[in-house]
Formats: sequence, C-alpha cells, structure tokens
Amino acid sequence: MEIIQKNFESFVSGLGKVIIQNVGGLGKVFAFMMSFFYWMLKPPLRLKLILEQLDFIGNKSIFIITLAGSFTGMVMAYQTYFGFQLINVDSLVGPVTAISLSRELAPVLTGLIVAGRAGAAMAAQIGTMKVTEQVDALEVMGINSVQYLAVPRIIAGTIAVPMLSIFFLFIGNVGSYIVGTKALLIDEALYFSKLGNFMFVSDIYQGIIKAIFFGFVVSVIGTYFGFSVTKGAEGVGKGTNLAVVWGMISVLVLDYFLTSFLVQIL
Amino acid sequence: MLHFENSAVEINNLTKVFGKHTVLNDLSFDIPRGKITTILGFSGAGKSTLLKHILGLHKPTSGEIKVLDKNLSKMDEVSLREFRQNFGMLFQYAALFDSMTAKENVLFPLKEFTKLSPEEIDEKGTNLLESVGLEEISHDKLPSELSGGMRKRVGLARALALSPDIMLYDEPTTGLDPITTKMVNDLIVKTGEVHKEQQMSSIIISHDVQATLKISDYVAFLNRGNIVEYLPAKEFAKSDHPLVQEFINL
Repeated sequence: MEIIQKNFESFVSGLGKVIIQNVGGLGKVFAFMMSFFYWMLKPPLRLKLILEQLDFIGNKSIFIITLAGSFTGMVMAYQTYFGFQLINVDSLVGPVTAISLSRELAPVLTGLIVAGRAGAAMAAQIGTMKVTEQVDALEVMGINSVQYLAVPRIIAGTIAVPMLSIFFLFIGNVGSYIVGTKALLIDEALYFSKLGNFMFVSDIYQGIIKAIFFGFVVSVIGTYFGFSVTKGAEGVGKGTNLAVVWGMISVLVLDYFLTSFLVQIL
Repeated sequence: MLHFENSAVEINNLTKVFGKHTVLNDLSFDIPRGKITTILGFSGAGKSTLLKHILGLHKPTSGEIKVLDKNLSKMDEVSLREFRQNFGMLFQYAALFDSMTAKENVLFPLKEFTKLSPEEIDEKGTNLLESVGLEEISHDKLPSELSGGMRKRVGLARALALSPDIMLYDEPTTGLDPITTKMVNDLIVKTGEVHKEQQMSSIIISHDVQATLKISDYVAFLNRGNIVEYLPAKEFAKSDHPLVQEFINL
C-alpha cells in the first residue's frame, strides 16, 4: 500500500512539474509576444528587412507550396470522387475539394510547411547569432535585438502565410480540376457550375483569417526559440527542433479554436 | 585602492546576485579616462558580469555605477540604448554579422546612427578598415572567409566606427597564435594613441598576463566578485598578493 502511495505521489508531483514548466514556458512566449508588439510600434520600421524576410518566407516557399498544393488537390479529387460516386454525386467533387482546401487544407498545410521551413530557419539563424555573440553586438550598439531580428520576421510571416495559403488554394483547385475533368471525366461545365453553387467568398475569408494567425504564431514561436538558445551548437539544434514541434502543434491546436469561432461568425 | 580625478567609470558598492549566487560583492573602484585598464581574473570571477554592468546590460542588485558621469542605475531603457553609442566593443570572436561582408559590418553602425551621405559612409568605412590594416581585397569578403586575425581587425573597425569614448575588449587575444596576438595588442595600443585627444578609455577583460602587463596602464585583479589588487601595470607584476602571484606564475 505504501509503495502504491509513494508511486502515486511521485506521479502527481512529476505531472505538476511538467504543468508548471509548460505554463511558465507559455508565459515567456506571451511576454515575448508583448515585447514584439511594443518594439513593432517603435520607429524605425525596417522595411528592407521585412522585404528580405518576405522574400525568404514567401517567394522561396513557392516551389514547395506548388508541389504540396497541386498534389493535395489531386488526391482530394480522387478520394472524394470514389466516395461520392457510390451515391451518385460525383459532380460535387469540385466544390467539396475547393471548400476543404479553402477552409482547412490550404491554411493548415501552409502553416505546417512554413513552420517546418521558415520557423526552423528563424530559430536556427537567431540561435546561431545568439551563441556567436552577434545578438550581444546589436545590443551593445544600442539596437534592440527583438526590434531588429524578431519584428521583421514576425511581420513578414504574418503577411506571407496568408498569401501562400491563397496560392496553395489556387494550385490545389487547379490540381483538383485537372484530375476531376481529365482523369475522372467529370463534365467541365458541371464542375464549374457546382463550384459556383456551393463555394462562397466566406469560405475563402475563413482560410485567410486562419492563415494570418498561423503565420503570426509560427513566426513568434520560431523567433522565440531562437532567442532562447543558450548552449552552443547543441542549443541551436534543440531550439530549432522545439520551434518546429511547437510551431506545428500550435497550428493544429489553434486551428480547432479558430474553426469553432469562425464557423459561427462567417 | 586607486582613485582618479578624471574617471570614465566609477563603481560604488556594486553587488549583483543571481538567485543565491553573489557574482559581484560590494565592488568599488574607478577606471581612469584616456588610459588602458585591464581587469584580470580567474574564470567565474565576475569579469563578464562586470563588463555587462558597465554597458548597462545588467542592473545592479545594489550599489551604483557611473559611466562618463551618468548614473546607469537611474537611466531608463531608451536612454541606456542611446547612451551605449558611447561604447565600442571588440568581442572575443569578433561577433561579426555573418550575413554581411567585412565592409558592410563596419558600415552598419554608421548607417544606423549617423546622417552621413552614402558616399561619406562608404569612404569612412574604407578608411576604418585601412586604419586597422585590412587589405582592400578582403573588404568584400564574408566573415567566414576571413582568418581569426582579420575578423578581429574588422571587429575593431566596426567598434571604432562611431568614435566611442570607451572601448571594451573582451578576451581580445584568447585562442590566437602569438603573431596575431601581438598584432591585436599593437592595434589596441595604437587605437588608444590615435584617440588620445578624445581621451578614449580602453577596458580589457583578459586572462593573458604577459600581454596585459605590456599594453596596460593599470591592472585590476578580480576575485570572487571583488577587486583584490589594483595597481599601475609596472607595479602589478611586483604585487605580493598571493592570488596575483599565483595567477602570474601559472
């Protein structure tokens, strides 16, 4: 009995420790986010750095978004077609794919891709700058490192992800259209007419709003873990890993809460 | 303990505690203007923490620190940032921005903090790099393409870009070969001489006793968060303090 009690106590204290650590971590991310808003509003706004980051997060992600978007659209068309064919509604492949893409798949997959690509790069770049004292060099010069390094990345991420998501949506629909009308032989006119009947602008808005939040959160997490790096190359690796893991988890968790809110207002 | 009429840094009863660990313990001393002062000490003695207090990057737990007659403890974050433009710092590994070329690194503070025209900035950058002896062929190289000594030269040129009143050197010769060590030490002395009129003060944090004694005007020995010996360099080598003797004879 005593052994069971001891094990239970150690389990509860271990669980408590994990909860306290995570809540503490969440508090630090929140404090970092507040510092971002503070320094974003302070001049100067470094437009050149924002454009450089837009190029890195946006332009340089286009190839991977094209691949992911087109194949996602094509797979969605196939999967829905074989299901819908059973109940004779295969003409709805177009709108179902388009709505899934615009509301969920485009923003979520774009968010995940950006978390893996740009979020990791942000953490690695800032983390390396931290361990090689480049961040200290900025501070010694009187330049706030959050303003110089984090603000341009977070602004660029918040702008780039919705743009990439729109591009993902477009490419995904092109893929779905090609598979639907050329491989699965759905009538082209029917495809477009059903698309027009069932797809609304609010579906696109929902995806864009989600993507804005995903871009912001992924960039905040990427830069936060970059600044949290402490111990050399090992620390940079750990920070990068945490940025990707927490960036992706945040996209998925946030998606649920945003969906439950947005379906009620849009 | 030495006291100076014309001090660049005045430290009075400075204590810094991190958690349960006291890093600086009721520390009081002055650093003179226009001279080279080196702070020696074992690892963990509190040298880097002291440097961060001089730069205003750390707030004291108690006590005060005055730099160029300004009490840093009473300055807000914005004023401190502006005030830091009075400092130049050469980091241990130069801390050059690795995405910028050597020249871009030197131009960076000029672009950020001066209203000079692009041509004037470019000319000043070239002059600075030439003054530290970096050949023109290396001006457009990335830090990863430069040797350790070249990186130090660029780091020094960047630190001098805004003509600082106080130059800080963090372990300037650690990890360098003897020839590069001599070159860096010569540069530190030359920098002090060139900026003599401006009364630029140099503060060096170092482990290198021999170089310290050659180039410094004053040497302080920090142990467990307090200065245990502070003398003109010529007298420091003759100090009979057991810790200083142990350090010198290591």
